[in-house]
Amino acid sequence: MIYREAGQFKINYQSDSAILPIVQDRMFMIGLMVVSFLVIPVLGSDYFLAGILTPFLILSLAALGLNILTGYAGQLSLGSAAFMAVGAFATYNFMIRIPGIPLLLALVLGGLMAALVGILFGLPSLRIKGFYLAVATLAAQFFIEWALTKFGWFTNYSSSGVISAPEMQVFGIVIDSAAKKYLFTLAIVALLTLAAKNMVRSSLGRSWMAVRDMDVAAEVIGIPILKTKLLAFAISSFYCGIAGALWAFVLLGTVDPQAFDLHRSFQVLFMIIVGGVGSILGSYLGAAFIVLLPIVLNLIGQLFHGAISTQFLSNMEMMLFGGLIIFFLIVEPLGLARLWQIAKEKLRMWPFPH
Amino acid sequence: MKTNSLKRSVLAVAVSLGTLAAGQAWAAEQFIPIPSYRVGPYASGGSKYYGGLIDYINLVNAKEGGVGGVKLTYEECETEYKNDRGVECYERLKAKGEAGASMFNFMSTGITYATMDRASQDKIPLVTIGFGRADAKDGSVFPYVFPLITSYWSQASAKISYIGQRLGGMDKLKGKKIVNLYHGSAYGKETMPVLEAFAKKYGFELVNVEVPAPGTEQQSQWLEIRRQQPDFVILRSWGVMTPAAIKAAAKVGFPRDKIVAVWWGGSEEDVIPAGEAAKGYIAGSFASDGVGFPVIQDIQKTLYANGKGNLSDQAAIGTVNYNRGVIGGIMMVEAIRVAQGKFGKKALNGDEVRWGLEHLDLSPARLKALGAANMIPGVKTSCANHEGSGYTRFMQWDGKAWKPASGWIAPDNSVLDPLVKASADKYAKEKGITPRDCSKEK
Repeated sequence: MIYREAGQFKINYQSDSAILPIVQDRMFMIGLMVVSFLVIPVLGSDYFLAGILTPFLILSLAALGLNILTGYAGQLSLGSAAFMAVGAFATYNFMIRIPGIPLLLALVLGGLMAALVGILFGLPSLRIKGFYLAVATLAAQFFIEWALTKFGWFTNYSSSGVISAPEMQVFGIVIDSAAKKYLFTLAIVALLTLAAKNMVRSSLGRSWMAVRDMDVAAEVIGIPILKTKLLAFAISSFYCGIAGALWAFVLLGTVDPQAFDLHRSFQVLFMIIVGGVGSILGSYLGAAFIVLLPIVLNLIGQLFHGAISTQFLSNMEMMLFGGLIIFFLIVEPLGLARLWQIAKEKLRMWPFPH
Repeated sequence: MKTNSLKRSVLAVAVSLGTLAAGQAWAAEQFIPIPSYRVGPYASGGSKYYGGLIDYINLVNAKEGGVGGVKLTYEECETEYKNDRGVECYERLKAKGEAGASMFNFMSTGITYATMDRASQDKIPLVTIGFGRADAKDGSVFPYVFPLITSYWSQASAKISYIGQRLGGMDKLKGKKIVNLYHGSAYGKETMPVLEAFAKKYGFELVNVEVPAPGTEQQSQWLEIRRQQPDFVILRSWGVMTPAAIKAAAKVGFPRDKIVAVWWGGSEEDVIPAGEAAKGYIAGSFASDGVGFPVIQDIQKTLYANGKGNLSDQAAIGTVNYNRGVIGGIMMVEAIRVAQGKFGKKALNGDEVRWGLEHLDLSPARLKALGAANMIPGVKTSCANHEGSGYTRFMQWDGKAWKPASGWIAPDNSVLDPLVKASADKYAKEKGITPRDCSKEK
């Protein structure tokens, strides 16, 4: 009933290939954009904007990047955090070494640098697959973390190796408050999501999926494997690189190799597994689950403050989190995005299912 | 059992709602955020540290009814020692309480760095006891950061002085060889410029050997050390690297009493896993361990005897990390007390507490009155000196407990101050900060 599309006719190709073919979806998306761009920055507290939404958006972007590579092109990667680190450090170096460079340009250049490194570490994917490829990308994770700590040039010879991000300015506006940082992140993430959505619907996305499903067959029907795989690595790393730069500049305010350790790579991988492999929406749902759930559990735990020992509460939080991951994977191995899809189907029939 | 815990939870909700309502009734409340880490890889240290800190706050509330009649309140937030969770906790807690958060004590370099800009913007001081940015000693550039008692650089200086003492004079350092075995991270490399400056000053040879993080594999490094045959090894370790280093040293037969570690390598958690091999091992310390101090005994009597202690495992009381937490509590509470002297006995905001931190004066007599005589060196801060002391002492593990191996050793500020100044100036330039004029601060 709610999702009934009766009466919505597609009379030309344009409306047939629209991103959101159903009116209700379009209305929902417009509403979501209005709320997140106009309402939340005004009403949201600093904590909600800077403590919850900003990290959620940035990690969604990283998950989106990995989803392009793993979910759509089928190349398993454990190096997402490394590509994030490349993006963060490249942006930092562009900003301090080219005085007066606009932040957005530095950000894009940082992303491109990450794409370049992504291509480099994507080369083994032409020969190896699956778990073996995961191990090869793991090398990227260790190598890049090591290189950033080892060579002082990357950190501008800072004694501690942890460098603070320079001031951010876009079109003369200094991005300093929580609301501005949130809006800046949201704008970039929304733009890149739109690009990703279109990419996976284009011929490029289709060749990714063809390679994912069976690369020999894809090659036989004329899809250039080399180009397709390397493009997937490049674009995925670009997304991760931008996410890394945002993580360092907008969220932490410091550029630190330790913020992009193996743990972060796993975190991003878990996001797409829980959220849904090969789904744009899944990247967001997964990030929400992994980022927000521990915080929510922690906040709930605060209610019991005093009665139960805090140590017990903290450990309980971890156990609950682990339990919920297992629960969701058993109930819906295809991820939360699939759960949403099922709900939509149900809503379409409601209240008269067959 | 089950109904019991259910009852307790219901009761807890009721009580917390009750305190929420009762909160209005108090005359004034000073809010202290507690960004603790009780889960994750560093939980064993974090639980004890923040347990000690909370116990001290509760002790002050129980004994004196707070500071100057203002009750101390706190709220914990789990950071898991992760930077992003730390930022989340900072944002969650910064505006709580009557006048906002007093100050943050993260016990994590990464989180401190990540919140530095925010804290200066929000005018909330960051307290980093024993760690953090060494150049933040210069309060003219870092008004809101307080690396109290001793920074990493001061400790590096103290280690060299200690080795000099062991050799029988600083002039004996000439021609000696010292290996700096460091954790392959930003943290590990932080003292290298200072050690190099001392190598130049005293004419000893410094060999830097890196251990890749996390530091469980050290065989090749210790073979290299055996080949080098150094007189001393400075261990700049962290977490699992410490027991691994001690065991590896035992394997190649390097005497453990020639290893001088940073204070991060000087808790029970660092030596007990190494077992017998740790006998004789030496580590730095800024807060003495043991239950012999009146303040610790007070906590046992007032809180734990009545079931109000924070830790469930009472054996942890008096351990190095627990006592560090108590010291953290003392520093924070004293800062509030000093600030109350200027701004009055009311709930103070972060900026007012900052003034208190900048005018701390914990003389040996004051420490004695607090029941912590000789637990830490005397601390006296000012605008130009946010560290306030710089003294470190060394402890030796005898297989069962830490025994003092030296008195409080002063840092060599003739070498350190220029380095602090240069680093702070560089930071000010990068950030576009105009340093305050400390001569005008009162």
